[in-house]
Amino acid sequence: MPGPFVAKISLSHFRSHHRTELSFDGGPVAIYGPNGAGKTNLIEAVSLLSPGRGMRRAGADDLIRRPEAIGWKIRAEVAGHEVETWAEPGSSRQVRIDGKTTSQVALGRLMRVLWLVPSMDRLWIEGAEGRRRFLDRAVLSFDPRHAEAVLDYEKAMRERNRLLKDMVRDAHWYAAVEGQMARAGAAIHAGRQSTIEALMRAQADAETAFPAADLALSHPETDPQTTEDGLRAAFAEGRSRDLGAGRTLTGPHRADLEAVWKAKDVPARDCSTGEQKALLVSLILANARALAQAHPPVLLLDEVAAHLDDGRRAALYDEICALGGQAFMTGTGPELFTAFGERANYLEATDTAGVSQMTIRESQS
Amino acid sequence: MTDAPKAMTDLIDLMARLPGLGPRSARRAVLHLIKKRGQLMGPLAEAMAQVSATARECLNCGNIGTTDICEICQSEKRGNGMICVVEDVADLWAMERSAQFKGRYHVLGGTLSALDAIGPDELRIPKLLDRIASEQISEVILALSATIDGQTTAHYIADQLPGVTVTSLAQGVPVGGELDYLDDGTITAALKARRAL
Ligand SMILES: Nc1ncnc2c1ncn2[C@@H]1O[C@H](COP(=O)(O)OP(=O)(O)O)[C@@H](O)[C@H]1O
Ligand SMILES: [Mg+2]
Ligand SMILES: [Zn+2]
Repeated sequence: MPGPFVAKISLSHFRSHHRTELSFDGGPVAIYGPNGAGKTNLIEAVSLLSPGRGMRRAGADDLIRRPEAIGWKIRAEVAGHEVETWAEPGSSRQVRIDGKTTSQVALGRLMRVLWLVPSMDRLWIEGAEGRRRFLDRAVLSFDPRHAEAVLDYEKAMRERNRLLKDMVRDAHWYAAVEGQMARAGAAIHAGRQSTIEALMRAQADAETAFPAADLALSHPETDPQTTEDGLRAAFAEGRSRDLGAGRTLTGPHRADLEAVWKAKDVPARDCSTGEQKALLVSLILANARALAQAHPPVLLLDEVAAHLDDGRRAALYDEICALGGQAFMTGTGPELFTAFGERANYLEATDTAGVSQMTIRESQS
Repeated sequence: MTDAPKAMTDLIDLMARLPGLGPRSARRAVLHLIKKRGQLMGPLAEAMAQVSATARECLNCGNIGTTDICEICQSEKRGNGMICVVEDVADLWAMERSAQFKGRYHVLGGTLSALDAIGPDELRIPKLLDRIASEQISEVILALSATIDGQTTAHYIADQLPGVTVTSLAQGVPVGGELDYLDDGTITAALKARRAL
């Protein structure tokens, strides 16, 4: 059964789009056109139909179309509901579902959205923060409550770091704050661990042209604590060391996601650029397969064809079609999508004097 | 266009600083008061002067009254060994409206927040600890927000009260400045379903 999908979307004064209105049938959509034509901007709008700052992590003001600068609005029909999200200059983004103002979190219950963007190409070689964020987004796709645990943990840790910086000595105050960190931290760890297991299972069960990755959480501590009680004790023990540093040096905010190309036993960071991309694609597909039963996701794959050879590209399209859900893909030319044949819908993007135009093409020609 | 006389615009500016009022609604309110200055504005001004001259915080619990020690703290009957700890006087008033709680209160005036430089001393917490001993308290009910700061405050207090039963209002009930929005039945239910912290 196909999951929730974007049946209609209209963008108004959103980045390079002045007024763009499109309808979709729930299958794969291939978007092609030259650099700067507004392809990524369109799927970024789709990513904003989920909670958070979207796939470019942009602030609401950055999305406002210049030079007009009058604010932006996205309207969409998602799983039979009317979704509106918008921002006026200088204000945060608002959400309305079926005419009722609601929180961004409510978007997560309508539809799950997974994405792969070119900035993730360096995910395996850059700092741990990006990998943690990647993993936490996967956790979030299984359990929307993960967002709360992360926010609670961060808030409590900011409190603790302030106590440390101000050299506060009140042990009861530390204990109370650390109790909050331990509760949220244990939930964060459990969510990450079960997500890694779900992704590994989904890779093992699948017939796929993409490389399986051995995933593991790693920690800078020699004896990492992961339970509520263990974390509480570790925070208490670390107080004098943390007082010296002026911040918290232990906990799930230091964890990292390790990936090893299973068949070759090579760490992801040592794989070739194309292989690293293939690993990412593999994880996104595994995530989608793991979600497929309960919450089939919408996939956003920006410039994904770029680093893949012809064989892998064709395999990717086959797997997207097998998943059966909605997927948006971008690429510079129609030839990148030849292997889709009749199975995708095609959109050609062009830029006319700073305004993006999207034209439906019957098939790529 | 000429503005209203300065005394009136000053009044509008002051009114606009009230919670829930902005410049527009403040203008409307002042205009209304001026039109009804006999029945409404005069008595209102007198009532405000009266309250302004007599209102004070209870030195014991932080409740607002007209005496150094509020009526609840003075009443023998309310000394039943229970203290309900709230963030704000609005919460205390909401609890009183539901008429279910028969003990005394302690108003913190906020929650612990290192980031906002609000520590235990800013929150009458030392005074609370004194009262536990001097008023022979056997149960402390914490009616604080479910936010991180609210729960940190709850645990901070609970941590320092060995030998006293510490409970919190039932989970899922919004408290802490929000008690005010609850109907009496919900407050009663939350009080009945309170749990050990
Ligand atoms: N806030 C904005 N207002 C107007 N144009 C914008 C805004 N943000 C980005 N753009 C323009 O959008 C274009 C990039 O669109 P994008 O969708 O990323 O292109 P591509 O088709 O290559 O994916 C650039 O020309 C950029 O100047
Ligand atoms: Mg792009
Ligand atoms: Zn009192």
